[in-house]
Amino acid sequence: MTRAVVTGNQAAGHALVAAGEANRAARGCGGGGYPITPQTEIIENVMAARFSKGNFTAVESEHSAMAVCIGTSLAGARSFTASSSNGLLYMTENVFAAGLARLPIVMAVANRTVGPPWNIWADHGDSLALRDAPWLQLYCDSHQDLVDTILLAFRVAEDPRVLLPVMVTEDGFLLSHTSMVVDLPPQDLVDAYLPPLDLALRMRADHPRTYGQIMSPRETQRHREEIQAAMERVPEVLEEAGAEFAHVFGRRPRGAFEAEHTADADTVLIAAGTTVSTLRRVVEERRSAGEKIGFVQLKLFRPFLRDELAQAIGAARRVAVLDRDHSSGSGGIMWNEIATSLRERPDVLLQGYIVGLGGGEVDPPLIDLVLDDFAGRERSQAPIFFPRLVT
Amino acid sequence: MATTLPAPDTAPRPHLLRPDSTNCPGCAMSVGLQWLDEALGAATPTLVVPACCAAVTPGAFPASAYSVPTVATTFASAAAVATGIARVRELNGEADPTICWAGDGGTYDIGLATLSAAAERNEDVLYICYDNEIYGNTGGQRSSATPRGAKTSTTPRGKVEAKKDIMAIMAAHRLPYAATLSLAHRDDFLRKIRLALGMTGFRFLLMLSPCPAGWKSDPAESVELVRLAVACGLFPLYEVFDGERYRVNARPDGTPLDDYLRRQGRFRTVAPSMDELRAQVDREWARLDELARVFPATD
Repeated sequence: MTRAVVTGNQAAGHALVAAGEANRAARGCGGGGYPITPQTEIIENVMAARFSKGNFTAVESEHSAMAVCIGTSLAGARSFTASSSNGLLYMTENVFAAGLARLPIVMAVANRTVGPPWNIWADHGDSLALRDAPWLQLYCDSHQDLVDTILLAFRVAEDPRVLLPVMVTEDGFLLSHTSMVVDLPPQDLVDAYLPPLDLALRMRADHPRTYGQIMSPRETQRHREEIQAAMERVPEVLEEAGAEFAHVFGRRPRGAFEAEHTADADTVLIAAGTTVSTLRRVVEERRSAGEKIGFVQLKLFRPFLRDELAQAIGAARRVAVLDRDHSSGSGGIMWNEIATSLRERPDVLLQGYIVGLGGGEVDPPLIDLVLDDFAGRERSQAPIFFPRLVT
Repeated sequence: MATTLPAPDTAPRPHLLRPDSTNCPGCAMSVGLQWLDEALGAATPTLVVPACCAAVTPGAFPASAYSVPTVATTFASAAAVATGIARVRELNGEADPTICWAGDGGTYDIGLATLSAAAERNEDVLYICYDNEIYGNTGGQRSSATPRGAKTSTTPRGKVEAKKDIMAIMAAHRLPYAATLSLAHRDDFLRKIRLALGMTGFRFLLMLSPCPAGWKSDPAESVELVRLAVACGLFPLYEVFDGERYRVNARPDGTPLDDYLRRQGRFRTVAPSMDELRAQVDREWARLDELARVFPATD
């Protein structure tokens, strides 16, 4: 391993480049890239790479960036890109098209608030807006988590049991532009972890097929059911890919959910992204003071593993979800999923909180305020925004 | 869980457009595909088709009237998807061409930025626009390729604006080759496609493609309409090399504009002013002749 102090974007760029280079014995790698803050450095890192067999294209829009990825992947090469915020939304049509085509593209996302009004800071609303696309979504809480998850993502995406694209996200600026010590895996280990890509159904002259033509309602339903079945195979594939990761790299990557101190917890907090790092600190402090409190990192958001989530909270009767996103007229997007997951647990008091919107600070004092509010509640109510600005 | 594939097909490539396409009778695009097949010879192209009639042409999954690898892309994406395919083919030393086959909506309108960017990057893609001057697939709405005076479902009183000069736009990219294609000039048609296939970089071909359903014309007259469009001067046949050197392939022969217009119901309700249209065509020809005189192609 090479230990280095790098930013989140450099870490993501390193992982993407290494994965692309690992396919040099097969059909190579490529994709399209377009700048948008805060992910731009990822694309710059990829464009600066000298691939043995690769070709990355600087295009004129995110919509075309994903279109180039689609063409690259259809032609059988390993494909990847990165984007953020409005770029993701501009790309949306082709995000769906890539998933519907079952192309194992990996996209790093630096989460950023959608505008205008413009705001370049962290908010999960951009990638969560694409939650209904046929993509896996994994939310990272640290630089190492990001590197490991990107490599893991290729392995899962390209598994014939899955064959779906994957988004791997980092909080804009909080991870993308801060530096940490990271183990950057050397190329030979990445080569060992990511075998040459052999897409059985890629475009080829000796097996001419028509991709994306008209489908009847029956065929369309069958297609969607196949995607659902592939999503349902993700947990086993993810577990295998994680075990193989540990075998090759010597450390275990994070799984779908990472529960800490939940075994004896009365109260459990659930969050994604860098909020988790803050929760970890607050929970450790409160446990030292004798509180029975734990937390769950929501890592895998698509597919959403309802039963596993219900298990992850253990016997806790009080659960608070901290969403860094907002679905207008509904509340927190993650809270919605968790409420569905806990539908058979009427004994659980579930409260949604919306924190850190638009890059607002989510620091230990804010978590303390949330916990103080939660402690006084006997019934749940509509999701509450923190800090309280509107009185 | 590897997918088992049948043995590779080693028989000669079947015709690019097999029977049972869903194209309407008299669709000029069908003829264009047949001639494209002829020009290709033994080469097996990859077709990249944005949303347009040609995305419907193959019929419904799992059967397909296309005998070559074909991908139907989102509307504005053809030139970018083709970019990805062409670059991977180049990485792998595969010489067969990547061809975009796109309607005017996906070329002049929604796909223009994508097309422009691919041309600016000089991707190794042959882009052919079959221009039926209308959103045919959705029942005949105006596009920026619709000529002045034409009645469409969104210009019920006739289109006020002139047709966009896509050839000038493409030439401005200084791309290796751009040319117009006429289904009434078979030798010229095949020569230009073969010439384009022999080049690398971004090549753009524009084919006037009568649509009997949208133009309210006789399906049997589609090729004749192209002949008249060239003869009256409305659709100049020419080539541009490197976006700079011009060659005119056929000049108007004095055929009245009305011979072309009166055969189409789309011009019947609100006939354009013949004097104005004549003046416009003459101005375009003066410009084209001057370009060909000052910057002649000797290629």
